[in-house]
Amino acid sequence: MNDETNLLEVRDLSVHFRRGHGSPVLRAVDQVSFSVAERETLGVVGESGSGKTTIGRAVLGLESPTDGRIEFAGEDITRADHNRRRALSRDLQVIFQDPYSSLNPTRTVAQTLGESLRAEKLAGDEVRSRVIAMLERVGLPATAADRYPSGFSGGQRQRIAIARALVAQPRLVICDEPVSALDLSVQAQVLNLLRELQDEFALGYLFVAHDLDVVRHLSHRIMVLYRGQIMEQGPAEAVYSRPMHPYTRTLLEAAPVPDPVRQAAHRLRRVRAGDNTGPVSAAGCPFATRCPHAAPLCHAERPPLEQTPAGTTVACHRWQELGTAPTAVGAGLPVSVASETTRT
Amino acid sequence: MANTSVDAMGAPLTRSRRGRAIRRRGTSGGRLASLLARRMFTAVPLLLVVSSFNFLLLSLTPGDAARQMLGSSGTPEQYEALRRQLGLDLPVYEQYWGWLSSAVSGDFGNSITSGTPVLESITSRVPVTLSLIVGSLLVSVVVGVSLGVFSAVRGGVIGRAVDALALLSWALPVFWVGSVLVVVFAIKLEWFPALGYVPFTESPQEWARSLVLPVTALSLGSVAAVVKQTRESMLDVLGSEYIRMAAANGVSRTSLIYRHALKNAAIPVVTVLGVQTIGLLGGAVLIESVFSVPGLGSLVVGSALAHDIPTVQAVAVFFTVVVVVVNLSVDLAYGLLNPRVSAA
Amino acid sequence: MTVTVPDAELSASPSVSPRFVRRLMRRPLAIVCLAYLAILVVIAVAAPMLLPHVGTERAGDLGTALQGPSAAHPLGVDSLGRDVLQRLLVGTRVTLVGVVEAMAVVLALGIPIGLVAGYLGGKTDRAIIWLADLVLSLPAIILVIVVLSVFPQSVTAAMVTLGVLAAPGLVRVVRAATLPVREQLYVAAARVSGMSRTYIITRHVLPRVMGPIVVQASLLAATALLVQTGLAFLALIAAPPEPSWGGMVADGVGALFQQPWLIWPPGLAIALTVLAFGLLGDAVRDAGTEGWSAKSALPLGDKHRSAPTRAAAAVPARINDSLLSVRDLTVSYATPTGPIRAVDGVSFDIARGETVGVVGESGCGKTTTALAIIALLGGGGRIDSGHVLFDGRDLAALSESELQAVRGTEIGYVSQEPMVALDPAFRIGWQLAEAVRINTGMSRAKSKRRAVELLEQVQLPEPHLVARRYPHELSGGMAQRVVVARALAGEPKLLIADEPTTALDVTIQVEILDLLRTLQRDRAMAIMLVTHDLGVVADMCDRVVVMYAGQVAERADVKELFGTPHHPYTRALLASNPHNQHNSAVLPTIPGAVPMPGSWPQGCHFQPRCARATDQCGSDEIPLLKIGASHEARCLYAHQIEGV
Repeated sequence: MNDETNLLEVRDLSVHFRRGHGSPVLRAVDQVSFSVAERETLGVVGESGSGKTTIGRAVLGLESPTDGRIEFAGEDITRADHNRRRALSRDLQVIFQDPYSSLNPTRTVAQTLGESLRAEKLAGDEVRSRVIAMLERVGLPATAADRYPSGFSGGQRQRIAIARALVAQPRLVICDEPVSALDLSVQAQVLNLLRELQDEFALGYLFVAHDLDVVRHLSHRIMVLYRGQIMEQGPAEAVYSRPMHPYTRTLLEAAPVPDPVRQAAHRLRRVRAGDNTGPVSAAGCPFATRCPHAAPLCHAERPPLEQTPAGTTVACHRWQELGTAPTAVGAGLPVSVASETTRT
Repeated sequence: MANTSVDAMGAPLTRSRRGRAIRRRGTSGGRLASLLARRMFTAVPLLLVVSSFNFLLLSLTPGDAARQMLGSSGTPEQYEALRRQLGLDLPVYEQYWGWLSSAVSGDFGNSITSGTPVLESITSRVPVTLSLIVGSLLVSVVVGVSLGVFSAVRGGVIGRAVDALALLSWALPVFWVGSVLVVVFAIKLEWFPALGYVPFTESPQEWARSLVLPVTALSLGSVAAVVKQTRESMLDVLGSEYIRMAAANGVSRTSLIYRHALKNAAIPVVTVLGVQTIGLLGGAVLIESVFSVPGLGSLVVGSALAHDIPTVQAVAVFFTVVVVVVNLSVDLAYGLLNPRVSAA
Repeated sequence: MTVTVPDAELSASPSVSPRFVRRLMRRPLAIVCLAYLAILVVIAVAAPMLLPHVGTERAGDLGTALQGPSAAHPLGVDSLGRDVLQRLLVGTRVTLVGVVEAMAVVLALGIPIGLVAGYLGGKTDRAIIWLADLVLSLPAIILVIVVLSVFPQSVTAAMVTLGVLAAPGLVRVVRAATLPVREQLYVAAARVSGMSRTYIITRHVLPRVMGPIVVQASLLAATALLVQTGLAFLALIAAPPEPSWGGMVADGVGALFQQPWLIWPPGLAIALTVLAFGLLGDAVRDAGTEGWSAKSALPLGDKHRSAPTRAAAAVPARINDSLLSVRDLTVSYATPTGPIRAVDGVSFDIARGETVGVVGESGCGKTTTALAIIALLGGGGRIDSGHVLFDGRDLAALSESELQAVRGTEIGYVSQEPMVALDPAFRIGWQLAEAVRINTGMSRAKSKRRAVELLEQVQLPEPHLVARRYPHELSGGMAQRVVVARALAGEPKLLIADEPTTALDVTIQVEILDLLRTLQRDRAMAIMLVTHDLGVVADMCDRVVVMYAGQVAERADVKELFGTPHHPYTRALLASNPHNQHNSAVLPTIPGAVPMPGSWPQGCHFQPRCARATDQCGSDEIPLLKIGASHEARCLYAHQIEGV
């Protein structure tokens, strides 16, 4: 990827938390590097405690990095103050997971959306016309502007949150689990909307989610995190069809396939990795305590990120010996079902 | 004193259980210990703040103790001599230092008005005030918690009636209730003595009789507060998921209410008890003058008006120590009831 | 393919109006309290101006002293022959002024300091809280008395001191209310937009903590009133002849033996004002939590369960050889606007040893159905009609004590959130032993051993150590194993698992699902698996019940359901799953959103969102149509929709 086209460039980012006296430092994000190009979606996958949300919050300035550097369009924003953030907010926005907590119940939709435009110092009626245009674009009536969030369903609230993020016409949007609180039938609507808006506004997405299918659907590239470290990173199709890291495989095999026949076969293939508990040694691979292939080296030394022939990078001492696993998850749907379904 | 309250409330806290709770290994026990250490640590600045505040204020008063002692008859010479004798001509900080250094060694000086050692007059009055406060606390715990649980479990009309009664008794001023009690039960019915206090050592029976009315008047407000808090936190806990899940797996109603719910609901009740006990100290000042009870409250009112600094100081120190002990007991009760002692 | 949501749907969504004041004004009690306080303010301002002589009057007509209420003196005459009503009215001023002074100090200190502590957090917060605790530990009444000895008779000095000493109470309340608001994502969004701290605190945080502030302020006002009158009672402020409520009580006490009436007017004035403050606080709090009812989940008595309206025909003890047969189950919840139906005529069977999935989106009634089976609806829910036949008995007709014997022993229950399903105050071992003791009647010692065995059976490492822990010391996966262990304590024939893995990570989900599968095989236990995840259904279930808006939409064997779904909703749900779509494809969607209970459409509940819907779909109730031996769908066109 050419550096000049990169919207976001993150180098060796670490975010550590200290919880009370005496307890050890929690390395929520541990030396993570990645970039997001224009019009690109980088999917960030991981389970709870993987640091995926913290990465997004660090980029947004909501957590202060312990170490590393965050650049937006070539500008260092690692420790930007709120004045620079305000200028930056024209280009960098966010969509959060919880559509209930992300909208202030005491403010109207127009007031909430207007906040995103404060950096531009527009006249009142211009703010309003842009707010209404954006509401209509995400599928809400203009009358929604003067209502309070409590009058909307979860899916509608998420549309409002998307409108708030996009009304300033940003270049990069951090999506933190934007559909995981939504019902399946509404989730598809929002995913389609996000995809359309990406094309229309030339957006880059940093798309954080725990649902592998959702991430796969939207992402060009994927980054797999475990306990704050990158396990594997690369083009989405390569990571899904030829996972190199044992953790990526465990993750892909764990997700059940919504088809009983294929799931029966899928189940037989999976490797059990045990519970995700207990401390992780700072020196070794964080997955070593659960990894079925762990060798003494894995506990002693942190594996470097290495290039694979598939175009991915992987942090595993043994990826070459372990070879490529068979394709874990096959796509494909009974054709008749797909064609029958309502399309809007 | 607060320990007894925990016993009475937390029925499940059997002796063996508490023993184990204190001997608990690992983090929570350590946290409890450090919490207690912090409380002790707070007590020192607290005593300094209270004593120096009083000292400063009383020393700044236009009419000082020497004037009070001499009355209008003294000559300016006599006045100056007395001031020197009492050390009132020294700078305030030296006076305070003098007071502090002897107070640390247990010498609180002599009362300016009566000339007797302050410690003596206080020791003779401490049992009186403590009887009032401990008695009221016991009543608050026993009556308050039982009524609160009863109204929470019964709900409906009875619950609302208990609620209304609690609100009403909270609204009535202590000194007014005291007066009404005197009229009805001492003067009209002659069941109890109207005024005065009989020491326990003289006649336990008369001691109890002399306490009934003041304790009733004093405890009314805190009973109300305990009823309200118990009822609310019981309802809160009974509506919680773990109670529903315990019920779903067969746990009986009795165990749910009196074991599971009561122990969890007791945690906020303990907080309220702590606050109420401190409030009882203030109420005692009023009640002692309504019932002409020779306690610390009536002592401090008289002494403050007479600028009797040593006496006021000593009573203030005593009250502060009581507050520290109450807070400590609340912390201990917390530690026993709540395994997650993280509350500051 | 922008979907414009019809406006009607917006208004149908459940709403909590942000117009807090309007909601408060709907409460008669709040209006009465506010009106009373307003009248007091008017009296405090006007009475001393209209009755200027009362404030300094030392004695009135001594001949009338201690007279009771009369036409000339509606509230009687005091011991010095002065009119009680006049003194009460004039005395209002000094009493209220004291309260206002104290409250001004409390609010001026408490709100900003509390907001700063709560919003900034960290060291600032710790320092402020330490200081607040320190001040709260000071013996307030003594300090006020000391201050009064320096500034004799000064109401202002006394009440300002009280305000300073009481402010930390408000600081703590404001801080505690601010902490969760700070974590709200809309605050994060405002920070992303570069809003300043002052802007965020005043625009986003303050409006959200006004409720707790008003509640606490009204309580503190009541306390200030009690302290003010108490000090006046002791004649430390408002010395005679100045009239004040507290001083009038003192006068009354002095003449108690001759005229017991005199303590009543000032006493009642104080009590009513304290009540007005207290009730106002309660009303504000209730208005703030309106719509969120904290009704007990526990069936406290049988009144929550109406005797189900029994069908005239006796229900056969056993419809077939199923372990559980739910028949025409209808459940509704009581709300202020009347009962709302949440489950509408649901029927299904579970055979011994099989796993049946109940699938649906939020608000479809799947959890309500599960809870109705064990009669633990809570929150004003009740079974309106229908039968829950379990092993030959109708659970819907049992008494609470009979049900208690069924729960845990015959039917075990595992819920969604393992971290809130265990009692935080008791050790794991104790909670398990309790379940064993109750459901099997084992002795205490035996049940303790059995508890450890159970922990071993759910494959927890070092079960002895786990038994000694408290729930908060476990990870989510471990806690869910404990919850499963408790559900197994009574060796139930049926395990109801309500979204047992939704709160867990996907690699932990595998572990729990495998555990359930193993346990089921070993014990020949039936499982009712409630879930929204079609992958979990495919992994675990023999048969599936698809629910939509309170009804069964489709019922089939698992392979048939995924292979040849006949209900348009099932088909759309399967298709909109991104798993089944290629990267480039636009996902097939279902327009609109799931209707919430109370706003279900006429006829077919799915019809407004269905591409195949005709006029007929919206007119009548749609029956379940039989498609195969064990396959049914609630669609008029089920037969026309071809499977694969």
